[in-house]
Order: sequence, then C-alpha cells, then structure tokens
Amino acid sequence: MTSRIGIVTFPGSLDDVDASRAVTRAGGTPVPLWHGDRDMRGVDAVILPGGFSYGDYLRCGAIARFAPLMAELIPAASAGLPVLGICNGFQILCEAHLLPGALTRNTGLHFVNRDVRITIGTNRTHWTTAYRPGETITVVLKSGVGAYVADQRTLAELSAANSVVARYADGSPNGSAGDIAGIANAAGNVVGLMPHPEHAIDPLTGPGTGGLGFFASALAPEVPAARAAAAAGW
Amino acid sequence: MSPADTVAEAAATPERQQPHAALGLTDAEYASITSQLGRRPTDSELAIYSVMWSEHCSYKSSRKYLRQFAEKAPPSAALLAGIGQNAGVVDVGQGYAVTFKIESHNHPSYVEPFQGAATGVGGIVRDVLAMGARPVAIMDALRFGPADAPDTRRVLPGVVGGISFYGNCLGLPNIGGELAFDPCYAGNPLVNALCLGVMRHADLKLAQASGPGNKVVLFGSPTGPDGIGGASVLASASFDAGGAGGDQAKRPSVQVGDPFMEKLLIECCLELYEAGVVVAIQDLGAAGIACATTELAAAGKVGMTVGLDAVPLRDQGLTPPEILMSESQERMMAITAPEDLDEFLKICARWEVPATVLGEVTDTGRLEVRWRGDVVVDIPPASAAEGPLCERPAQRPPGQDVLNADDPGGLAGAGLGPGHDAPGAGERLLAELLAVLGSSAAADKTWVTEQYDKDVRGNTVLAAPHDAGVLRIDEESGLGVAIATDGNGRYTLLDPYAGTQLALAEAYRNVAATGARPLAVTNCLNFGSPEDPAVMWQFTEAVRGLADGCLALGIPVTGGNVSFYNQTGTEPIQPTPVVGVLGVLGDVRDRLPSGFSASGQQIVLLGTTSAEFGGSLWAQVTRGHLGGVPPSVDLDAEQRLAAVLAAAAAAGLLSAAHDLSEGGLALALAECCLTGGSRSAEPGGGPGLGCVVTMPAEPPGPVAFLFSESAARAVVAVRPSAESEFARLCGSHGVPARALGVTGGDALEVTGLFTAPLAELSEVRQRTLPDLFGG
Repeated sequence: MTSRIGIVTFPGSLDDVDASRAVTRAGGTPVPLWHGDRDMRGVDAVILPGGFSYGDYLRCGAIARFAPLMAELIPAASAGLPVLGICNGFQILCEAHLLPGALTRNTGLHFVNRDVRITIGTNRTHWTTAYRPGETITVVLKSGVGAYVADQRTLAELSAANSVVARYADGSPNGSAGDIAGIANAAGNVVGLMPHPEHAIDPLTGPGTGGLGFFASALAPEVPAARAAAAAGW
Repeated sequence: MSPADTVAEAAATPERQQPHAALGLTDAEYASITSQLGRRPTDSELAIYSVMWSEHCSYKSSRKYLRQFAEKAPPSAALLAGIGQNAGVVDVGQGYAVTFKIESHNHPSYVEPFQGAATGVGGIVRDVLAMGARPVAIMDALRFGPADAPDTRRVLPGVVGGISFYGNCLGLPNIGGELAFDPCYAGNPLVNALCLGVMRHADLKLAQASGPGNKVVLFGSPTGPDGIGGASVLASASFDAGGAGGDQAKRPSVQVGDPFMEKLLIECCLELYEAGVVVAIQDLGAAGIACATTELAAAGKVGMTVGLDAVPLRDQGLTPPEILMSESQERMMAITAPEDLDEFLKICARWEVPATVLGEVTDTGRLEVRWRGDVVVDIPPASAAEGPLCERPAQRPPGQDVLNADDPGGLAGAGLGPGHDAPGAGERLLAELLAVLGSSAAADKTWVTEQYDKDVRGNTVLAAPHDAGVLRIDEESGLGVAIATDGNGRYTLLDPYAGTQLALAEAYRNVAATGARPLAVTNCLNFGSPEDPAVMWQFTEAVRGLADGCLALGIPVTGGNVSFYNQTGTEPIQPTPVVGVLGVLGDVRDRLPSGFSASGQQIVLLGTTSAEFGGSLWAQVTRGHLGGVPPSVDLDAEQRLAAVLAAAAAAGLLSAAHDLSEGGLALALAECCLTGGSRSAEPGGGPGLGCVVTMPAEPPGPVAFLFSESAARAVVAVRPSAESEFARLCGSHGVPARALGVTGGDALEVTGLFTAPLAELSEVRQRTLPDLFGG
C-alpha cells in the first residue's frame, strides 16, 4: 500500500505546501525531500511540485535536474518509482529526459492563471487510476512556460502508446501541441502535468475537487502496476 | 582609487566645499549637520544625511500631519505594533497576528515599468518579512494615463509584467487590487503594492538593535551600483571625482529585481526566526545600508560599528558613500548574539544566501563606519534617522470653489430630469450602462489578473474581481482575513477631506461585503509636490479626513507611506490617497462572493440613494464632466451596513454581496450578473446569471437609482427562506433595505426600461483591455 509520498523542495519551489496538503487530503503521508540530500527517505512515490526552481534561470527545470536528489530519483523512476511532476516539476522531468518533449513559452507570452477543463486520456498510469478515460475535470493552470512541444513522431508515439494523460478540453490556452496538458512515460509510473491538480481539491479554495484523483490514484498502486505491466508489453 | 574622505580628513579640512545642494540638502540642513557633528561631514556622512533626510526617508513635510493617525487612533486592542515599525501588526485572534502595508513605487515604474513595479513588490514583501511574518499575499493598486494613450501601452504591460514576474516567482498569491485610468497619471503612473504577512504573536520582530557585542549581519544579494541616490546626485562630477572608472551617469537609477533570491531570503528568514537567532532585523530598501544601520541603532538607542570592506560587492569600484547608499535589492540586515552566529550562518548557507558579519552593536551611542582602515562615518545615529521637520505652506487653491460649484446636477436637463420617464428613456439608459461598462474604469480586468498567480499556497478563498481578497489563515478553524484597497482621485480632487473618507469607506465596505469585520487601516498617500501650497492643502485635508474617519469607524491606522512629487512639470496628479482596510472572518467558509450564483433569490438594495453625481463615473463617461462635490459621507451608516453584512454572512442568510461605488447600482448589478460565484468564470460555462429588477417609482428617479454613487450602499442576494430574517436584521440595525427583484435568466432586465442580454454586457466589458493591450 503506497502511503508515504515524497514532496521535493528545490530552491524556488512554491507549490510544495499545496502538494503536501493534497496528499494529506487524499489520505497519504507527505514526506518532505530536500533537493540537496541524496536521500529518498524510503518513500513510495515522489511529487516534483510547481514553482520557479532556481528562478527558472537558464531554462525552466534545467538546473534543478542536476540537484543531488535527482541523482537518486532518476534511476529510481526508471526502475518504476511513481513520480508526478506538476508544472515546474513537469519541466524538470522533461529536462531529466524521464519524459519526452519540452515545455516552451505560452503563445500569448504572458503567464496565464485560469481554471481549465482537462479530459483524462488514460487511467493506465499510477497517477490516474481514479479517473475514467474521457472524464473531464477542472483544474488550475498557472504558468508562463506551459506550451508542450515535441516532434511529430514523438507526438504520434505518445498517442499510440496511450501516454497522453490529459488534454485541454476547451482548446489549448498556451499553444500546447495537440492540446496536451500532461503525458506519461511508457511504463505509466512517471507523469508530467502542466495544470495543477493540487489546487483543485477543495471548492473553498479552488474549482472543486476534480484534482484529488491524481493523489488518490498514487495511494492504490496495485491496479495501475498491473496495467503498466500490460502497457509495457504492448 | 583615491582614498576615501575620512573623519580625520574632515576635521582637518573644514573649508572643503561639499555638494550638499546637488544631494538635495538645503543650506540650513547642511549647517545643521555641521553643527551637530562639530565639523563638516565626510562624503560618506553627507551621503547618509542626504538620503536619510530626503522626503522619501524622513517624511519631513508630512510627519507633522501623520501624527494625527496616532493622536486620533481609536482605542483598539488589536494593534500589537503600530506606526514607525516596518509595518503595523494586528491581532486577529487564535494567537495569530497579521501585518500589512502598502507602498508606492511610482517613479521607478514610469522610468522602467517592468523592473520598477517588480522591485516595488520586492520592497514591500521585505518590509512585512522584517516584522517576523511569513508574507502570504500581495495586492496591487495601479493607476495609469488614458487606457488608449500610446505611452500607457508601454507602461501598463510592463508594470503588470513586472508584478507578475516578481510576485509569481516569489510564490505569493495576488488576491486583488485596483486598476484605474485618468489623464492626470499619464506622465506619473501610480504603482502601489500591498503585502500581507501572518505570524504567531510571539514571533513579532522589531527593528531595534540591542545588546552591545551582538553581531551585525548583512545577508542576501551582493551590493552593486544600482539605485544609488536616484543616480543623478551621486553621479555629479564634484562627488565622484576620482571615483570608480566608467560612466557613472549611465548607471541605472532603477534597481533590478531577483525574485529567486527574495524567495530564498523569505524561507531563510523564517528559518532564522524559528531557530530564535534573530535579535532584530530590518530590510534594506531606500538608502540601503545607510538607512538600515542608522535606523536599527537609533531605534535601539545603541551604537554600532561596521566595516564596509566586508560588504560583498558586485562592483569592486564602489566608493564608501556608494556602498552606503546603494539600493541593491534582496538584502536584509540582522542583529544576532555572538553565540548564535554559527547557527545563523549555517541556516543562510542551507538556503544558499550569502551572509557576512559587518560589525557589532556597541554602547558608544555612535554609528562608526570603517573602510580600509579609516573611519569614514562617526555620527549619532538618531541625528540621521530623525530628519528635520519642514514647514510647508498649505493653501486652499482659488479654483476649488469654481470646481465645487460646477455640480453635474446642472446636467439635469440633459439626463437627470423627468426625460427618462419619456418614451425612449430605456434605450438611453441602456446606452449609458453600456458606455459605463465599456469604459476602461469598469472594464473586465482579467487581462491583468490572469497574469498573476492567485492560487499558490492554497489559501485563497476570494480574489479579484470580488470586492476584497479573502485569505484563509488557519486550515482547522477557518480563521481568515479580507483585504481591499480603494482610492478615487476624482472625489479627492473635488474634496480631499471627504474624498479620502470615501476611499476609506469604500475599502471598509468592500471588506464588509465579504462578511468580514473591518479591523485596521493602511494607506499610501500619492500627491504632487509638497512645495506647492495647493498640493499641501490637499494633503493636510486628506490626512485629517483619514484620521477622523478611522476614529469614527473605530479602526486604527497601522502604518503607511507618503509619495510626494507625483506630477508632470508643475501639473500635479489628482490627489490620490489609496486606503487599504483589513478585516477578519472567523470562518472563511462564511465568505460572500460578489456574484450571483443561484436563480430565484431575492435581490435587496441596502442603504439610501440620493442624486449624487459629483466625480461619478457616469458623469465622466457619459458627460465628460468632473465637478461639484463628491457623494456625502456617512460613516455611521457605513458601520451599520457592515454590521448587517457580517451578521448576515455568519448566519448564512446571503449568497452574494457587492458594494456600490463607481458606476452605482447599474454597474454593481452588471458585475453581480457577470462575476458568478466564488470561483468566477466557470470554464466552458455561460457569461453568468441574470436578474430582473424594478427601479423604485419615487425620487430620486431611475437615473439616480441606476448611476448615483451615494456611499454606504450594497446589493445582496438573499438565500431562499431567509428573506424575512434578513429584513428583520436590517431593521434592527437601522439599514434601509429595499427588495429590487430576483436573480435568474440570462439578461439584466430593468422592468419597463431595458433588457440587456448578459452575452452582450460580457462582450462589452471583456473586450476593452484585450483590444487595447493585445490578446
């Protein structure tokens, strides 16, 4: 039973408190992980939260990717550890080559904070078992470098492998290729998501509770593990 | 490198001419310095006095008047720290205290909009951090020239971009503010930034050095040549002769912000507080090290000795006066006990924040600054920290009577009279509503607010476009605060005393409209030159109005900021006091959004409507008129209205409340229809929820009911079955309540006059800013 979920704080991480709250609300135990420690503290899954790690200097996620903790995380993720990267975390996962493609500047060149509807593309990942494919949820987009780009072949492969985790339901607010809001690796344990599910866990402070499923999914890994195995065999 | 001017040299060369006038010091002020020191000041000392005695740091023209805020302060048990500290601190219950302050960064934002506005946010956040609080939210009150002016297209996107860049990167939700346009701000935009911080009572930090032997630590960004004394003065030939090579005149007068370093500073400071290793702390803002050392020492009535050689520099060529005056951003100064120093430096290292011991607290009562073995400053710190007082003549301008006599009541024949009962009145009123709604003042602000992260940290319960930002403080109990800022230059121009009270009343009402109980006040007083007697009159009237208003409302001023010299040539801006009010909500789940969210609910107008069009948006937009007197002030009615709203919110009687201000009832109803519930603009949803209302068939008539800006009013939506209880509540508080109609449908329908489809209203309101500033 997965219950201890590590939340990594890099210098400039901002939504780490929100990710911790979401894990708690979903019934898990958030475990703070420090970028400078080569210590995963035995967690069952890891969230790379949103923010501006290292001020987004050089390129979003480009410096964080080399943090000491990442030297532990990258091989663990490759070996199947569930990892969810949200916003800046998604950027870090792309920079770390745990996910294909890259995030680029929004087409409007402005930071965009807006409630957006996304349609879940697959529930075969560790982070989406709580959803039905085709289900639409409302989450919070807040990013300036959120347009997902990849070459045509990669985009085709993502679709063919059922690795598009979510697409913007009302058209891309930032110029993302194929309206892509999030993707997974082939095994389904690593997921990157540009909008923030951790800000949609309580109608008091966000647009409903639609985002809670990402965190609930990670607490019951047995099902997706089987699905991931099946997916890997495709 | 020429040797610096030392104390010894100053004593030996009393005859040396110094550029005090170029540094902004009068002959009398220079003579006063010389007499206090018993010799001429060194270059470094002169630099310190020139910045500390500047209007910006010393409040020399305003201090005399600002005392009223303390003298007339209502008795309030809530105030834990008041005026004079970096920011006021207010008890909000359950062991929590909040600190909040608003500050201007007007001139830098005109010169370099992006960095000017960004560093404005950075500065106010450090002020709040220095009180021992975690900064938890920001707001921005912005005023620009005409929205369609070419230069506004340079300034506005830059300012918004700078606030977005800095605030978002800091991880502070931006929960509201203002956006206003007027030709008077074309050459002098107003960029006022507010920051809110939260702490436990015990964590309060004061900027008072104490304990001889304690260490003085400078930490944060290295010091560079940015923002030195507004650049021009120190770049004067007489001052930097023989100084660092290169063209100093080209050095930027606007500082450049590094929000990443500021984020690290925030987390680092909070960990330092937690560890209990901070005796006193102050942020470095205007006047940099000069200000921090003199103020820390003066406030603690101690001496201090510091060495400038230890200051980490980005430019090794900086001279001692430049190091003292540099306004490089993202720096703090703290006092720590020697036994805690290791722990202090270890925490800084963990956050990768450079930290350096500059010196220590002494019992000499002198501020002594050394550089390369020589003493370059030796002064009593209080002499610099407590600047001179400046008596400025104040004179009511002769044109004021003419302005006040020009009441838009004179336009009655053109729009206020019985003509609206005639056929075609409905179309005319609808056209006026659309004109008001499409004006830049009433435009949908999403183009701006969407660039700000309002959600980070997960405690934002309401943000723009709701009446006030509402932030949860305690997740268990639901304790939270509401904050709003308001100002109206047109009202204040017509009557600075009443106009300032109207700004106070509107912010108070905005906070009350969320269901919160107003508790404390901050202010940012934006005015023209204090050397202009007419401006000084406006200022004195505004301060008197605010102090009297706060006394009447029973909420103290906790701090504020004065910004003078806001003018283009000799033409001052409209006097623009921006007033921030903070309120408390026992449980943020009771908060009231400003928009309608459910059909079939009764709509009630609270308060009394008179025909008051002086300074109104209606007069401006439909008649191009500014004159007369502003709406009358009734602070007793404001208090009763606030009490009703708080009680009704706590009892769950209402689903929405919206204050009436600019644009009157018509604009308020349109906003209620278009805003929606707590989370405005459902993605993929329609343009809101309509209503059907009927204007009373009695004086002051439909135009005034729709567009008058009478104060102390709000419109509310009553939950089903709560109508009679709410009516009783209004009756017991003496608040006039009049049922206007019911929510529902997809249009704003005013019976017998017009039906405006929401899609049309939405289109008119939404397109204004994107059309001007791009998709």
